[in-house]
Formats: sequence, structure tokens, C-alpha cells
Amino acid sequence: MKKIKIKVNGKNRSISETYKLSDLIKHLKIPMKKVAIELNEEIIDKKNVNKIKLKQNDKIEIVHFIGGG
Amino acid sequence: MKKDNLIIAKKKFKSRLIVGTGKYKTMSECAKAIKLSGAEIVTVAVRRVNISDKNKPLLMDYIDPKKITYLPNTAGCFNSKEALRTLRLAREIGGWKLVKLEVLGDKENLFPDMIETLKSTEVLTKEGFRVMVYCNDDPLMAKRLENVGAAAIMPLAAPIGSGLGIQNKINIQIIRKQTKLPLIIDAGLGQASDATIAMELGCDGVLVNTAIAKAKKPFDMALAFKNAVIAGRQSYNSGRIDKTLMGNPSSPLKGII
Repeated sequence: MKKIKIKVNGKNRSISETYKLSDLIKHLKIPMKKVAIELNEEIIDKKNVNKIKLKQNDKIEIVHFIGGG
Repeated sequence: MKKDNLIIAKKKFKSRLIVGTGKYKTMSECAKAIKLSGAEIVTVAVRRVNISDKNKPLLMDYIDPKKITYLPNTAGCFNSKEALRTLRLAREIGGWKLVKLEVLGDKENLFPDMIETLKSTEVLTKEGFRVMVYCNDDPLMAKRLENVGAAAIMPLAAPIGSGLGIQNKINIQIIRKQTKLPLIIDAGLGQASDATIAMELGCDGVLVNTAIAKAKKPFDMALAFKNAVIAGRQSYNSGRIDKTLMGNPSSPLKGII
């Protein structure tokens, strides 16, 4: 299976070219309700993650809340 | 006594103390301190999920956002673009519209960049956010923030984390006089009495993080701040006596033997 390179939270990652955003989230065991996701600096509606196919050089940011003042 | 709630963006809160969730040793220490403080609003930061350590404890597992109002902040943002990106992401996590805007201008003194802050307040308000704005203790800037739709004015007492207490009482009083918006002292408090002073100046609330989290006994300090805010508010509402230069005897002069 062909692999593509993407960046997740600043780190390089190699995934199958058939991967959807939802597959990545599932693979990373990310609790969807507690995060927000950006794809190439655009916020993704979480309802649509299983419709988005990942492409070579995609940049994904997954953020959540941590302690802060 | 009639109800004396803090009202921000039409939401009522009994507690006038807002606390930060940063700098605690552990999540459970943070959660316990918040409980003791009685705070109903806590500030939180937006950061990357640690994808290599999935067992890292999550803030939401310790502080239930259904019970405590999360106030996402933009800490660490140095321009409008970063701040907008951060708060749009925060909203996406779970529909948060009440936010704390903080755009810093200098890495050393952590003073806010008020030009970027003003720009961001305007954009965010137009996007439907209710923006509580960390700002300088400058009455003119506070007025401008109000004019572009800020939900609360949050001037610093002193630099973030400095523990210096309110440095410019006059400016805070002038801002109090000119605005009906919630006025909350944000940043720079060091001890409980600083919070009392803020409340006695007529502020609607205080936001404290370091002074509690980094106290030798954070739980005791959380309680101290809770009491200090209540005392300050009661004192303010009670109407203090006029100051006089000379003494005024407390016992009647009539009937002295």
C-alpha cells in the first residue's frame, strides 16, 4: 500500500494513502469530544472527519484544553 | 441581604473569584484548589494534544466543564492572528463563546499589546464571541474596548505572575467610574488582601492564578482568596466612612467624669 507523509502537531508521520481524518483520530485514540482539529490551518467541523481524505503534506493540528491562567 | 451576583454576558455567577488552572503541581491539586476557592469560572489554555503520551491526564477529567464554566484564554499569543486562531479552535472544542482574550506585547513584562488586543476584540465580537479582555489599566483603552463590544474589562494589577498587587488604584477607579461593564482585575495579585483592595475599589471580580497555585499552601490560599473577595465586596457595598485628617473620638464626650 502506498504511503504518504503528513504532519501531526508538528511531527512527521507516514500513513496509508487511503487514510481519512477519522482513521487518524481513531488510530491516535483521541477523544473527539475533547479536542478541536485543524487541517492546513482550517478548522474542521468534527462531524465531517470521516469524509476528509488525507493528502501528501497535510498539516494537522489537534488541540485541547490544559491548565492556564 | 439581596442577591449580589456577578453577571457576565447575561450569565449569573455567585462567586466573584475567577481562578486560573495553570502552574499547579498536579491536576488533582488544581481541582481541589478550585473547589476550595468556590470559583465558578476557570481559565484554561488551548494547546496541542500530546499524541505520544496518551495516558497523560486530561484537564476535563478533573474539572467538569458542565459544572464549572471554562474560560478559554489566548495565553502565549503575541498577535491578533494567533489569538483569533486559538479562540476559534477553543469554540470548536465544545461551543465555548465566552473567552478571555490576552494578546501579549513583550516576553519580559508580559504587558498586553493593546493595538492587537483592540483589533481582536472587534473581530471576535463580530463573530459572536463574548470577549473578556485582559488589558492595561488605561481608562482610554478600556473605553475603546467597550466601544467595540467587550463583554468584560480586565485590567492588570501588575505584570502577570509578579505578585505585586494593584499598582495604580487611581486608574482602576477611573475605569470603574466610566464603565458599567464587568470590571475584573486580572493578573499581578500576590496575596488575599490584594483581592480585597480590588473589590473595595469597586471591581466586580478578580482573576487569580499564580498567587494561589504557587503559594506554599495552595489550598489555604484558595480559601483565603475566596474570603478576601467576599470581604472586599461586602465592604464596598457597605459604604465606607469618609476619610478625615484629624481624629474623631469613638466614645461620647458628654458625661466625662
